[in-house]
Amino acid sequence: MTYYAALGAIEQGLVYGIMVVGVYLTFRILDFPDLTVDGSLPLGAAISAVAISHGMNPYLSLLLALAGGFLAGAVTAILNTKFNILHLLASILTMIALYSINIRIMSGPNVALLNATTVFDSVTGLGIPAQYAGILIFGLFSVVVVVLIVWFLSTELGQAVLATGDNPQMITSLGVNTHTIIILGVGISNALVALSGALVAQNQGAADVGMGVGTIVAGLASVIIGETVFGCRTIGRAFTSALLGSVLYRLAIALALGMRFGSFQFNPSDLNLITAVLVVCALITPNIKKRFLRR
Amino acid sequence: MKKILLAVLGMVAMVAQGAYARTYTVSVNQFVEHPALDAVLRGFQDYLKDNKVDVKYNIHNAQANMGTATQIAQQMIGEKPDLFLAIATPSSQACAQADNKAPKDLQRPLLFAAVTDPVAAGLVKDINKPGGLITGVSDLLPLEKHMEMVRTFIPGLKKLGLLYNAGEANSKSTVIRIQKLGKSMGFEVVEATASKTADVYQAAKSLVGRVDAIFVPTDNTIVSALESVVKIGVQNKLPVFAADVSSVKRGAVAAMGFDYYKHGYQTGAMALKIFKGEKPGDMPVEFQKKLELQINAKYAKLMGITPPAELLKKATKVYK
Repeated sequence: MTYYAALGAIEQGLVYGIMVVGVYLTFRILDFPDLTVDGSLPLGAAISAVAISHGMNPYLSLLLALAGGFLAGAVTAILNTKFNILHLLASILTMIALYSINIRIMSGPNVALLNATTVFDSVTGLGIPAQYAGILIFGLFSVVVVVLIVWFLSTELGQAVLATGDNPQMITSLGVNTHTIIILGVGISNALVALSGALVAQNQGAADVGMGVGTIVAGLASVIIGETVFGCRTIGRAFTSALLGSVLYRLAIALALGMRFGSFQFNPSDLNLITAVLVVCALITPNIKKRFLRR
Repeated sequence: MKKILLAVLGMVAMVAQGAYARTYTVSVNQFVEHPALDAVLRGFQDYLKDNKVDVKYNIHNAQANMGTATQIAQQMIGEKPDLFLAIATPSSQACAQADNKAPKDLQRPLLFAAVTDPVAAGLVKDINKPGGLITGVSDLLPLEKHMEMVRTFIPGLKKLGLLYNAGEANSKSTVIRIQKLGKSMGFEVVEATASKTADVYQAAKSLVGRVDAIFVPTDNTIVSALESVVKIGVQNKLPVFAADVSSVKRGAVAAMGFDYYKHGYQTGAMALKIFKGEKPGDMPVEFQKKLELQINAKYAKLMGITPPAELLKKATKVYK
């Protein structure tokens, strides 16, 4: 792994980390396995890219992306709560519908943002080299997101979200409408995923309808890597772990990309396999360490 | 004096030879494993091998994941090669962005291949004068010739079925062009889309009874599942035409022109020019130069048509 690739992996880890925070909210806090994210990530990207190419301020476009993502999540949650469709199926339905909607939004499968004004220009304008600008701005965004989410979960409403995931019967008996809470929670989660998608598009220079493929896989892998390696005892720690898990996941890919043993080279097509093996290593190391310490 | 002159000449010759015999490094960002894209890379490598250029490759494949394509682009910047090669639109955009963002001393020339519309993709501003560090070869299809070919096979063509993935940027621009051609040539276009290879069979089936023939553009999704389209064609005596010649061997009745191996070979020639010091910004974006016609007579029969004699004469290859 070269220094530049490592910087790139951290940058990618942070920008997708915002998505992972969203996935953590549904998957762990609400206990709602949500596949909408494969559609809401490109949704955020599409909204932001189209808005920017129409001359909108890149920061304002992020607000639009947040709103779009929230709506997408709300649709999934409404299908689940009000119409009794199984959460997995409801999220799959929204996800495949978003594929067509995203093409509508972009009036095509791909909108280029190369040479457009993005959130980076406000940082590189200060004279910070571009390879650090991404880390700085995504670091800032992801830290703010984690702080806001942790603060939100400490409010009364947030406590209701936590309780809805832990013990829906108890919270219903206290007179809270779990349906509203689930719609709010899944909405916020997808708003974050869409924000992540918008930033990803601005970072990679294009929004593409295919960019959501594998989002949930990366999201879940990052969540579990984070939990295993950094722990999840408190809410604050859990969300920080999710973010760091995302960075570790991207570092694993970067490591796999540059992997070489002397003159032996992997096939380029082995990338996914190597990444999987590296992630497995990261997951079992704490376990092995524990066993050795016990003896 | 003579001796000194000889020695100097000898040194100059050695230096010159040394410059030519140097090893170049090329980092490759290929979007997905795909017969056509693999052929591009092979063609690129073969051109440089045939011209005795010593090249070391760092080949990466994003396995159809945009996030990975971006990471590969950043990895490639760190590899400090002499040239970047990006194959397919998403990889090219990722590389272009990484290259633009890289510090000055890490920026390198970038060649793209298998990109249909480099201007819409934001890679170059002007086809004839790209400026900057980026140029390459576009796989814009000579669609007029394709449509004429289909009409020579089926003179009474009224309805042409178009099978593609609405999620592919390349296909979208192709479809718009075919619709325009249909208007001027007097046939109607019936579209069917599939968003993944598993849906191709069903999409092809939906065209049965509604069209006179099916045309498959250079669409990654449909071409990957071409066999299922061919099966529908044989079962329903519905001729299937393709836009790339590698599909003919797999059962398409005929295709004109597009050989991705040659596309890659042409990209290799541009790479050599860059190695010799030409500036990518001064090199116009190139298009496929040589077209060839391939016909699959066996499948033509299975799909209920006979190839016209004039085309059989022109064909560079006929599968029996």
